[in-house]
Amino acid sequence: MEENFVEAPPEKEPTERPVFPQNAFSHIRNKTRRRELYKKFKLEVTKAKKLERLRKKKERETLGDKAPPKQVPKTIESMRVFDETMVDPEDREVQHDEAHDEMAAYFKREVEPKVLITHSNITPWRIRKFLRELRSCIPSAKVFQRKRVPLKTVIRQATARDYTHVIVLHHDKTVPNGLIISQLPDGPTAHFRISNVQIRKEIKRCDRHTLHKPEVILNNFNTRLGHRIGRLFATMFDQDPEFVGRQVVTFHNQRDFIFFRRHRYVFRKNMRVGLQELGPRFTLKLRSLQKGTFDTKFGEYEFVHKRREMDTSRRKFML
Amino acid sequence: MEYLKNIGRVIWGIIKNTFCSFKMNTRVRSEQFCRNEYNLTGICKKQYCPLANSRYATIREFDGVCYLYMKTIERAAFPNRLWERVKLSKNFEKALKQIDDNLIFWPRNIKHKCKQRLTKITQYLIRMRKIMLYGRRKVVPISRHVEKREKTRERKALIAAKLDNAIEKELLERLKKGTYGDVYNFPTAAFDKVLDAEETDDEEDTARKDYEAEEEEEEEVEEEIEDEDDYGQVQYVAAEDFDESDASDMEDMDRVTPKRRAHQEDSSEDESQDEDSNKGKSLKGKSKKGKGKLKRARVEIEYEEEQERPSAAKQRLESF
Repeated sequence: MEENFVEAPPEKEPTERPVFPQNAFSHIRNKTRRRELYKKFKLEVTKAKKLERLRKKKERETLGDKAPPKQVPKTIESMRVFDETMVDPEDREVQHDEAHDEMAAYFKREVEPKVLITHSNITPWRIRKFLRELRSCIPSAKVFQRKRVPLKTVIRQATARDYTHVIVLHHDKTVPNGLIISQLPDGPTAHFRISNVQIRKEIKRCDRHTLHKPEVILNNFNTRLGHRIGRLFATMFDQDPEFVGRQVVTFHNQRDFIFFRRHRYVFRKNMRVGLQELGPRFTLKLRSLQKGTFDTKFGEYEFVHKRREMDTSRRKFML
Repeated sequence: MEYLKNIGRVIWGIIKNTFCSFKMNTRVRSEQFCRNEYNLTGICKKQYCPLANSRYATIREFDGVCYLYMKTIERAAFPNRLWERVKLSKNFEKALKQIDDNLIFWPRNIKHKCKQRLTKITQYLIRMRKIMLYGRRKVVPISRHVEKREKTRERKALIAAKLDNAIEKELLERLKKGTYGDVYNFPTAAFDKVLDAEETDDEEDTARKDYEAEEEEEEEVEEEIEDEDDYGQVQYVAAEDFDESDASDMEDMDRVTPKRRAHQEDSSEDESQDEDSNKGKSLKGKSKKGKGKLKRARVEIEYEEEQERPSAAKQRLESF
């Protein structure tokens, strides 16, 4: 009886996908035999799948446009809850807003970025190492020791010395957990949760960087808020990268997580690209965005992530 | 004097056995603490009890200023002048010296404990000043459950991102747009050709990236492309009869000949060894045919090994 069952599905119709039998062999007491039968069945299932795939491919080739359309998988991205602030790049209102905000001067090349990186008071080795690597990503950056200076004082001093951005890293022991990026003198201040930090030493097959100015890739920053955050990232880097260095820094937004990577690329034959990672890696998630510089008491918030109100659906994203 | 000493003894007898309002019992019965502000160490013990001792010294702090307090047997009868107090310097080292000077003939233990208390007080004063200056760290609670969920979501988002593909795609777009200008010296005609070819295969290409299940298809495509690549390339092909092992032989000739000559010389003297060398040759030939496709270096090594082996076996046989 079992054998009948095993042989039946693929022979009937090759197009029909065989059904996976739940506990179909469980009544067989001999373990070896049970396993053999199951293996055999599994093999046939995979064979049938393969045949089906080939058939569909042939159908597509012969019928051309008339072939039944490919099934599109349902992903969280494709099922995303509609966001009204989704940016259409040709929208005039958006264009006007972006031409007149705090960050426009950087894109017009009127201001050159000058970045100050600092940390919380006591820093272990790994944090210092990470900051040095972060500095190497941003050509105009300098790392300063905090020395217990309050953040507002840091910002005041940095503004006096013509710095355009302040980056502050917070950490718990050796694990970074917060990142503040503040634009000076009056630009927005973003507070991120930072996770999954890997310094160069911890990445497999990681190479050394060169001193060229990198390009920046900003992926999937689609809403108004996302656009603003993406532009904030872009202002930290030089607007005229050195293409000879073939280095690229990526901020990739996926489901509100912003993945940071740095690569060296090379264009190969047949439109292929080779990528070599250059560290460090980390992931950001936006906690809040503030107008003006860092001011937790009286600052005006453009966006604050409130878990209970905003995380109502897994398919709803802010950036 | 003896009477006053006895008073101390009596007081301690009461404190120890019955009740003292300054005494504090801990959960561990062995330890008892004292809340009296004049207490030098904070421990309820006869030698540190400010009530039961008529000779006692301690350090107290008022608004950041430390004072050395001393009481002696002589003043035990005058409660309004019981304690003599000395203001200590803010300089820690000077203050230590002051303690040394004032308690010059006192028991060493009390002197030592006074210094310890002074150290403790100066340390907490420093700490207080720092907190006043820089503020305290605010401790924010983190929900473990939420943190765990974030972690999982991040992991899944990373998989969904297909970072390498996304970056490659973006870079290629920039290349097509001409962002890089003259940096890349591609032959334009060939480049456009590839672009055209890509447009036609575009559907397949996207499908390839989206569905991992269709890997086979992908491989086929790759192979086709690689075949096309070979057009116009110069290759050198061997003649039909030619065997790779021959080539290695030819190159080995120079090195081998002296040995062979030696064999031949031997053979003229002794027939048995001649056979031996023949066997060696035949074996050599076999091995080379079998391993013709191996790299030359390997063959060389085996060649030397096998030359010796048969002869050794033969010798052993002969010895039997």
